[in-house]
Amino acid sequence: MLIRLALRSLASRRASALLTLFTLALSTALLLGVQQIREQSRLSFFDTVSGTDLIVGARSGPVQLLLYSVFHIGSATSNIRWSSYEALRDDPRIAWTIPLSLGDSHRGYRVVGTHNSLFEHYRYGAKQPLEFAQGGPLDDLFSVVLGAEVARQLGYGLGDALIIAHGAGNTSFKQHDNMPFKVSGILAASGTPLDRALLVSLEGLEAVHLGWRAGIPLPGMQVTPDQARERNLTPREVTAALVGLESRLQTFHLQRELNTRRDDPLTAVLPGVALQELWQVVSVAEKALLAVSGAALLIGLCGMLAVLLSGVQQRRHEIAVLRALGASPLRIAGLLLTESLLLTLSGMVLGLLLLWGGLHLLEQPLLERFGLRLALTGLSSEQWLLGGAVLLLGLLSGLIPSLMAYRMALAKSLIRRN
Amino acid sequence: MKLIISIDNLRFAWPGQAPVLEIPQLQLAAGEHLFIQGPSGSGKSTLLNLLAGVLTGFEGEIRVAEHALGRLSERRRDRLRADRIGVLFQQFNLLPYLNLTDNVSLPCSLSAKRRSAAIQRSGSVEAEAKRLLAQLQLPTELFDRRAVAELSIGQQQRVAAARALIGSPDLIIADEPTSALDGASRDRFMQLLLDELAQSETTLLLVSHDPSLAHYFSRHLDLGSTL
Repeated sequence: MLIRLALRSLASRRASALLTLFTLALSTALLLGVQQIREQSRLSFFDTVSGTDLIVGARSGPVQLLLYSVFHIGSATSNIRWSSYEALRDDPRIAWTIPLSLGDSHRGYRVVGTHNSLFEHYRYGAKQPLEFAQGGPLDDLFSVVLGAEVARQLGYGLGDALIIAHGAGNTSFKQHDNMPFKVSGILAASGTPLDRALLVSLEGLEAVHLGWRAGIPLPGMQVTPDQARERNLTPREVTAALVGLESRLQTFHLQRELNTRRDDPLTAVLPGVALQELWQVVSVAEKALLAVSGAALLIGLCGMLAVLLSGVQQRRHEIAVLRALGASPLRIAGLLLTESLLLTLSGMVLGLLLLWGGLHLLEQPLLERFGLRLALTGLSSEQWLLGGAVLLLGLLSGLIPSLMAYRMALAKSLIRRN
Repeated sequence: MKLIISIDNLRFAWPGQAPVLEIPQLQLAAGEHLFIQGPSGSGKSTLLNLLAGVLTGFEGEIRVAEHALGRLSERRRDRLRADRIGVLFQQFNLLPYLNLTDNVSLPCSLSAKRRSAAIQRSGSVEAEAKRLLAQLQLPTELFDRRAVAELSIGQQQRVAAARALIGSPDLIIADEPTSALDGASRDRFMQLLLDELAQSETTLLLVSHDPSLAHYFSRHLDLGSTL
């Protein structure tokens, strides 16, 4: 009976009730959406590398190593000698290695020298391998595999030729224009930094630098592609290597061994630990985002409170009638509480629908444009907690008008002259 | 004969003030109609609030349908009011968000006793509500419309009367129910109300300062003269 009355009463105040409903729905969707983005960006951050046991680079800090090797941000101060990389590669405890060589770029995107083992062993997210949208891995000294964003933004297709520039800047004047690369494959979007990278072979990278010393081409030493193919293209060094072990039990042992090496000073880090360190720096922004959406929710609840409170004064007669019919003050307070609960609940449900509808629509564009993976999942425990908090706050703000109604209902007089 | 109202040495005063109401003896049997008259401040409203069970702190004894109000908890008094008393206000009797039928049926959702009485009479609460609305000469096409605001005050008071009557309560307390009505609709209202009451043996207690209503009543109480 209470619910029926509450529904009728809300229906009679359709306009303000609907506005309140939408405010609540929007702020709930915003709050839960922000939480979703927080969790998913955290996940996709931590998912950038998975299945890699160690990242090995020249001696530096773990965060710096992570930044340049995985996120392609900044640059290495020194490299690993090729002999050290070979020792790693041939170590019986190591199952696979992915060499990474950074330093060149193409129209603002990083060129990463690597090996086809990348496509085989690199894992992201829930141990997902990289997939090709078109083409396949590197099949020639001068072939290049493009990240999804690179191909889309620059409009390259399979078989297109492109020239890489020396150095990481956007406006490098020194182009390796004597040796163009041909696109052999385009990766599907993964939400990892590889979306924004061009992958070439270590040997190809070595080839374009033939005849260069200290970052400039030596006059009269130009090499043609065909001449390059004849030369010894064994790299002298690599920037970093991703390492997978035969047995994960070996991880700490090998890490200590590498970190204490004397001949070529190396740093080996556990990706998870380094990611955690880096996340602590990044996570300040996402906390601010949550605070802002929390404020939006409070505004929504204040709106509901305003509607309900202005309702109480207009409902003096209604309260008197219900009292006269024998409804107890508690029941009358319950009626108002039910109304705010109905508003909050349906606001939340609508908010969830908005959120899921929005995610459904935005899932693909977000991944393609921003590399942000937002999976359409059920609510996480934090989201349930937030939802519960919304409901609780709605109930609390509903308590205020229902207390007012309760006090009105307690009046010692049914009969009023007015 | 069953006594619906029985008052003994009733005295009521607000704290620290002179008594506003003193009734040594008043007994009202089922089906009797009492007209209460008196100037402002003579305690008319106080008496109604006491009988309805919302106002407490009186001396003496009030029994409504053989329940001594002084010994009932607030919850029991609310229950008693829901089950046995129909209340008619001067105006603003109806909930604007319910249609006429639902307004009239409302007491039956708050009292099982009145619900079963209504069902016994007409087969269902809705049928009884419609019977009463028709009895009080409200146009059938309005029954299921949420049209409270479109009704004249006379029509609104008749809907309120139907609500007070549904489920055959023992007592109807009416506070100036005709004060907002003009002469013709006042007489019509009184006539229809009394016709329906006559069939159900319901006791009526009506407060008004309009002496022209007095002739509808068999019993009279002038509160101005009792003090």
